[in-house]
Amino acid sequence: MNATGPIKAMAETEKNYLTAGHTLGSWLFTTDHKRIGILYLLSILLFFAVAALAAAVMRIELLSPHGHLVLNETYNKLFTLHGVLMVWFFLIPSIPAVLGNFVIPMMLGARDVAFPKLNLLSWYLFMVGGVLVLYSILVGGVDTGWTFYTPFSSTYSNTHVITMATGIFIAGFGSILTGLNFIITIQKMRCPGMTWFRMPLFLWSLYATSLILVLATPVLAITLALMALERIWGIGIFDPKLGGDPILFQHLFWFYSHPAVYIMILPGMGVVSELIACFARKAIFGYEWVALASVAIAVLGFLVWGHHMFVSSQSIYAGMVFSLLSYIVAIPSAIKVFNWTATLYKGSISFETPMLYALGFIGLFTIGGLTGLFLAALAVDVHVTDTYFVVAHFHYIMVGGMVMGFMGGLHYWWPKISGRMYPEKLGQLAAFITFIGFNLTFFPQFIMGYLGMPRRYHNYAPEFQIYHVLSTAGASILGVGYLLPVIYLLWSLRRGKKAPANPWNATGLEWQTPSPPPVRNFETTPVVITEPYDYSTELDEKNAEVENA
Amino acid sequence: MAGQVDLLYLGLTLISVFYLALIFVPMTFCLFKYRRGRPADRTPIRLKTWKVEIIWTIIPAFMMLGLFGWAADLYYQMERPPASALEATVVGKQWMWKIQHAEGNREINELHVPAGRTIKLTMTSEDVIHSFYLPAFRLKQDVVPGRYVTEWFRPTKAGSYHIFCAEFCGADHSMMGGNIIVMAPADYQTWLNTGRPSDNLVASGERLFRELGCSGCHAGGTIIRAPRLEGVYGKPVPLQGGQIVMADDQYIRDSILLPASQIAAGYANVMPSYQGRISEEQLFQVIAYIKDLGDKQSPEEGK
Repeated sequence: MNATGPIKAMAETEKNYLTAGHTLGSWLFTTDHKRIGILYLLSILLFFAVAALAAAVMRIELLSPHGHLVLNETYNKLFTLHGVLMVWFFLIPSIPAVLGNFVIPMMLGARDVAFPKLNLLSWYLFMVGGVLVLYSILVGGVDTGWTFYTPFSSTYSNTHVITMATGIFIAGFGSILTGLNFIITIQKMRCPGMTWFRMPLFLWSLYATSLILVLATPVLAITLALMALERIWGIGIFDPKLGGDPILFQHLFWFYSHPAVYIMILPGMGVVSELIACFARKAIFGYEWVALASVAIAVLGFLVWGHHMFVSSQSIYAGMVFSLLSYIVAIPSAIKVFNWTATLYKGSISFETPMLYALGFIGLFTIGGLTGLFLAALAVDVHVTDTYFVVAHFHYIMVGGMVMGFMGGLHYWWPKISGRMYPEKLGQLAAFITFIGFNLTFFPQFIMGYLGMPRRYHNYAPEFQIYHVLSTAGASILGVGYLLPVIYLLWSLRRGKKAPANPWNATGLEWQTPSPPPVRNFETTPVVITEPYDYSTELDEKNAEVENA
Repeated sequence: MAGQVDLLYLGLTLISVFYLALIFVPMTFCLFKYRRGRPADRTPIRLKTWKVEIIWTIIPAFMMLGLFGWAADLYYQMERPPASALEATVVGKQWMWKIQHAEGNREINELHVPAGRTIKLTMTSEDVIHSFYLPAFRLKQDVVPGRYVTEWFRPTKAGSYHIFCAEFCGADHSMMGGNIIVMAPADYQTWLNTGRPSDNLVASGERLFRELGCSGCHAGGTIIRAPRLEGVYGKPVPLQGGQIVMADDQYIRDSILLPASQIAAGYANVMPSYQGRISEEQLFQVIAYIKDLGDKQSPEEGK
């Protein structure tokens, strides 16, 4: 996106957002969206590390059908911890709160988000919630699974359910405020010339995500509060012994948690749109369709929660309606994949690390999406729900999709964030290792799921062992794929090549300011006069020929 | 049914492979042909985007409808138990399955059934939600406290098949399993006769009906006016307030545990609740008895 006006790179001597203050207070009380993004990055990496450790212990445990490494109660606490931390304290904030916070205002040509102080409050709420969850683990853990199904969670579990639920409840308010902030920022702070259909697709996807955050998260808060009422005071809401209905909890929980699934994939789709356009040097094919598909997914995502409950004893006719709607919600996702593929046609494609992650995203997300069609098929779902088939399916979407998108975005904007280039060859290697390790971990889980291996099993029938061994082997490769970037990105902070303002020669206003950006992002407000993704393949090819010559 | 589920699964797999090819063959082609620095014709194409978009929206949409219809139809058949079947009751509790046969035989974590007959299970839970999962029969049904749910299957081959609990239910969730033992009909009969209790389910129910005092009001010649239960099961019951409910297992269960919630029209709310005084297994026995009474003619009608 080209802009008119004097947006020259500022003098190197002027302070950028990283050098603007070196005290701890300058970070903890910052209202700069870029610094808040960094705060989120560090905190979600902490939560990711704890949750990944839990996964590692489980994978080692599952090497043998009669696990001897941990007790059954410990195993149950491990998968609860893994789910709760990964969903609420890594995936949901990953792209929106880290990359979104960092680039949304710059993409819009704005100086900050609409409510910078509220933005900082979001992070504090998130951290209070996260610390409470970590505390609940330290004092003994929780064994309900991240889904908190009643009446097990409200009456029968003897673990620290209330503490953990309170942590999630508080962090939820951080999500709501972040969503609100992003909606208003995108709505009101677009620079002159930045019309809705000139916005980068990343902004469209985060706009759709924010709508879900604002509308769905309160329902989670209500659900957890009702569960707590029953647990603390024995008020009968969900436990039939107290006159309640346990299925009601599932309806409420999935009314939040299914839309939340889209919180965990839409931002990844947004990142991939940026990456594909930049590294294929082409405008996204069918831009409007991809943009509106995000909104369609956000809206339809609210209408399919019952597909988590096909065997719950809900009415079979309700099951049919939810199945049909689930097939319909797959269509906008398919549209996106087709458009990304079409974008590559007649492009000038290069394979830097972010592009490898983007291509990996398309591959893994497509498999995740297609296996979603299996689960939406009522008769098949009866067999495979609550088995490893489901586990594999949602890991393909959330890890294969969202985490690949996050890694791609992190590498793409790393020069902007840190002012340094990461080592390209190592980056490509890590992307490759992640892709191989991921498939080896989760593909065998589809097979054992169809063969009947239930999820959340500490002991299992011996015929499933071979698949568990393959999965654990894959997980150890995947671990290397994640560890490598941590090492070389840290290394690049001091030793990496200094990044120019626009290392990828990308459109997008965030590249029209120095790396790392100054505190106020832009010296003068940019004005947008062209369409988004104004790349020219022919020009790039000429440049490539000159370089090769 | 298992074969039909597998067929649908195969269909889904083929469609998925088709889609994967549809996306990744052109993608690989583009990644190779248009990689940077490779000479290729890159003159921008002139083409109406919306036409392409409509095509790749409509075609998958029809495919989705087809898949939905196929799966929904099969699901509908799976959810409707056939009229005549061997019946057994299942009570799930942390962490075991307790089973009663209509003949009165009881088992824990094992279910013996004859090959070639349809088996219908009526299930409930004493505590948390469990899920009765029979992977060999591609069947799963959550077993919910306070509700009766059903599952049916028709085994064809003798052998032993897994029962798993598929809904997380606490510490020993992964140990809450067992086996379905499918036997040749003659072997099944032998098994049934060995260790068969003197009372079948209906007879146990009848005994409980007296012992718990139900017969004091619901049987002939009593002072307190309560509805007679002959000929009630499976028929519509008019309630106070004008609604009409079907007298099925769930209705009888609720009438025993929560009698005030649905009062038959013309009767007073005088029945005490039996919550906590009757176990889930006993409830199944009493219901079996009342169901048996359902085949008899109501004395009031007879007059």
